[in-house]
Amino acid sequence: MPPAALSDSTLVLTITIAVVVAAVAVVAAAGLRLSRSHRELGTDAERATFRTLHSAAAAGAQLRNGLEPAGALKASRQLRALLNCAAFAMTDGTRLLAWDGSGAASKEPDPEAVMGLAARALGNGRTQVAVLDSALRVSLGLPEEGSGLKAAVICPLNVDSRVVGTVIILSTQPSAGLVRATNEVAGWVSAQLELAELSASRTLLVESEVRALRAQISPHFIYNSLNAIASFINTDPQRARDLVVEFADFTRYSFRRHGDFTTLAEELRCIDRYLLLESARFGDRLQISLQIAPEVLSTVIPFLSLQPLVENAVRHGLEAREGPGLVQLSARDLGAYTQVTIEDDGVGMDPEELRNILAGQRDGTHVGLRNVDARLRQVYGDDHGLAIDTGVGQGMLITMTVPKNQPGHDA
Amino acid sequence: MNPAIGYTALISVSAITALIGFYGLRISRTTSDFYVASRTVPPWWNASAIGGEYLSAASFLGIAGLIMISGIDALWFPIGYTAGYLMLLFFVAAPLRRSGAYTIPDFAEARLESTAARHVTSVLVVVVGWFYIVPQLHGAALTIRTTTGLPAWVGAGAVVVIVCLTVITGGMRSITFVQAFQFWLKLTALAVPAVFILLQLHGGPTGSGAVPAGTDFFPAAAPAGAAGTYGTLSLMVALLFGTLGLPHVLVRFYTNPDGAAARRTTLIVLGLLSLFYLFPTIYGVVGRVFLPGLAAHGAPDATVLLLPGRLIGGLGGEILSTLVVAGAFAAFLSTTSGLVVSLAGVISQDLLGGSVRGFRIAAVAAAVVPLGVALGTDSLALAGSVGLVFAFTASTVCPLLLLGIWWRGLTDAGAVAGMLAGGVLCGASMLVGAQLAPDSPWRGILTQPAAWTVPVAFATMVAVSLATAGRQSPGVARFMSKLHVPERPHAAPGRAR
Repeated sequence: MPPAALSDSTLVLTITIAVVVAAVAVVAAAGLRLSRSHRELGTDAERATFRTLHSAAAAGAQLRNGLEPAGALKASRQLRALLNCAAFAMTDGTRLLAWDGSGAASKEPDPEAVMGLAARALGNGRTQVAVLDSALRVSLGLPEEGSGLKAAVICPLNVDSRVVGTVIILSTQPSAGLVRATNEVAGWVSAQLELAELSASRTLLVESEVRALRAQISPHFIYNSLNAIASFINTDPQRARDLVVEFADFTRYSFRRHGDFTTLAEELRCIDRYLLLESARFGDRLQISLQIAPEVLSTVIPFLSLQPLVENAVRHGLEAREGPGLVQLSARDLGAYTQVTIEDDGVGMDPEELRNILAGQRDGTHVGLRNVDARLRQVYGDDHGLAIDTGVGQGMLITMTVPKNQPGHDA
Repeated sequence: MNPAIGYTALISVSAITALIGFYGLRISRTTSDFYVASRTVPPWWNASAIGGEYLSAASFLGIAGLIMISGIDALWFPIGYTAGYLMLLFFVAAPLRRSGAYTIPDFAEARLESTAARHVTSVLVVVVGWFYIVPQLHGAALTIRTTTGLPAWVGAGAVVVIVCLTVITGGMRSITFVQAFQFWLKLTALAVPAVFILLQLHGGPTGSGAVPAGTDFFPAAAPAGAAGTYGTLSLMVALLFGTLGLPHVLVRFYTNPDGAAARRTTLIVLGLLSLFYLFPTIYGVVGRVFLPGLAAHGAPDATVLLLPGRLIGGLGGEILSTLVVAGAFAAFLSTTSGLVVSLAGVISQDLLGGSVRGFRIAAVAAAVVPLGVALGTDSLALAGSVGLVFAFTASTVCPLLLLGIWWRGLTDAGAVAGMLAGGVLCGASMLVGAQLAPDSPWRGILTQPAAWTVPVAFATMVAVSLATAGRQSPGVARFMSKLHVPERPHAAPGRAR
């Protein structure tokens, strides 16, 4: 089809020019960055400091998940470079996690023998220095030419004054300085492990809060719903039956065990049941308006992250005052994000009080709001906490923004 | 042509699009309607939206134009454009819907667990999108010039401004509804005048345009099969595989609730497209008889715009012309806005940190760059230049998707190597081919490179992946089962009890 190709030659030419310009720009940017990083490095001492801190930071990032083999191995490489020793190993209380060595020590030895080496330090929690005599060398499986390796330094890792593992180094030139340095490294690793434990316990806290939230889905709400249903049993048995079924479905969703995430569509279905039950109680007083973009229905959100907000809106919009209340729910597509807003025209709240509640300084009725906020921050980062606009008597507008793409989270 | 036709069509299409965009979801619902809101869009509606976004200037104007130039050969284009969805149906639709990725770079990152692969994919997707927008703007320029006599840049500029404004102000709030509407507008805009034209040819009342007796639509003197087997084969490879990697098509599949619905949607799309492509073909064939000078004057793509006015005079002709022009603008606007939205998503996430403000900046960048290219170039065959973009996509993004979904051995290094090999070869050969003399034997092979660049890209990807088998992402088994295992049955509504 020659005419088409001929007429497109200008277009194609432009394509090439664009591609070439882009390639030149990329190369130039990379070159500039490289040359600048060389220029800015400064004196030898500064460079050494930088290297040390850089290794420490890189190793620290690998230890964020606690003592597990993959992270420990990567951290060991950094730390061995830091100590400039022949081999660097990490164990937990029962097994060898990582071994990184060079030269004669590059082959990973028998884990049992290493654990034998670590046993004393694990037992008494004090730093040990073992001389690598030929018997020990054989049991570790070190080759003959490894005779340059003189000693092993074994330092315990302490978390909350429990010994959770050891750091072991092999060196050709053991010295008091090296032992002290190894001790410092072990102390630093221990600090990282404590951080990891801290973040694990924070996760546990949030999880138990979710569990509390599920259990709590309010005795209050259950009591009110059952009363509302009871009032229909004589006058409108069919409706009462439907409501009981809705109630059963609602509790089934809230009590489900598997999975920390769900889709927006499923959460909305749960909210629908919740609102049906609430409107059985409030009748015409509860007005609801919805704007849901169908594009965002498959967005993954944390399980039970919207329902508590709607419950909060209903409570604020209706319970504390007379006359009808309007709850507006909208979900919008913002390119890479999904934005959900929940608005009520109820009594509102003093912003200062709300801040205290979200900071966890006051417990009580708003555990739902705080829990949702904490979970969103934990999963998506601090930028994605709840944004709440409110004032006394001004109603409340809660905005939640989550990324649409979450490859790690299965609904 | 009466300039009022062009203005009326442009303004009314833009206004209706904006109205649906803004108010499509502003309908308040009470609890009893909640299920309607929380249930997803039905597949036929979704399919209309996909059709609306997919049918671009190349389909609306370009196919008739190509039939004017090269006769029967041009019919391969509608076949390829439609059959690409068959590939999508068989190999990609359902697994991709289950993957949870919203864009192709998202998919690359999730599958390969590598940010480098993500960045390469992003760059390719942006390049593909930009050069897909360019023919849309060329079409708009041509339409404005033909219908109102204004300079060509007005048309391209108007489309870019309208798209940027709607995207930036959040006017695409209900983009699925807008796109579905655009599909039916396009279909009506082509079908209604086509029916009148055919009636006219059957000896209509005015008699101005009865077919001269003994007319041969594809006279043997102008042989219609010049492209040869290789050219046709290469074109089919490009169109079949290229459809898989189009950034704006993928996004629409997320409005489907699950993989099965994604397949159903694709099936309906196939039907809708087949129906649609009947009409450009009619315009092209009739145009060969009644607008014989157009192909020679260098504006064959205007066939669809001019034919109703030429055959049916008077007020009726003007009304039908307005309808066709409106349909053409729907084609430019819908495809461009779909592309701008998906490109803006990719650019803002990879370059600007993914904020809402970044999305707006990225939307402007996604629209302005192709505007510059469109103003600096002049393309005469819309379907042809879109075909080149398909070839490029087929050589880069398509192998990534197919191997990523169906072969667990794909590694990040393999994917990047394959995409770069395909992209560089395909781009370079198009470029070199366009500079060769028209009678050179290499010209055909180089200007339609898909038949060999696509296999090369696949082979590179497989070979490098095998050589770097150690780099397989650790989560590949989990991700693969997510792609291929049907959704949990109780996730579907109504089956819970």
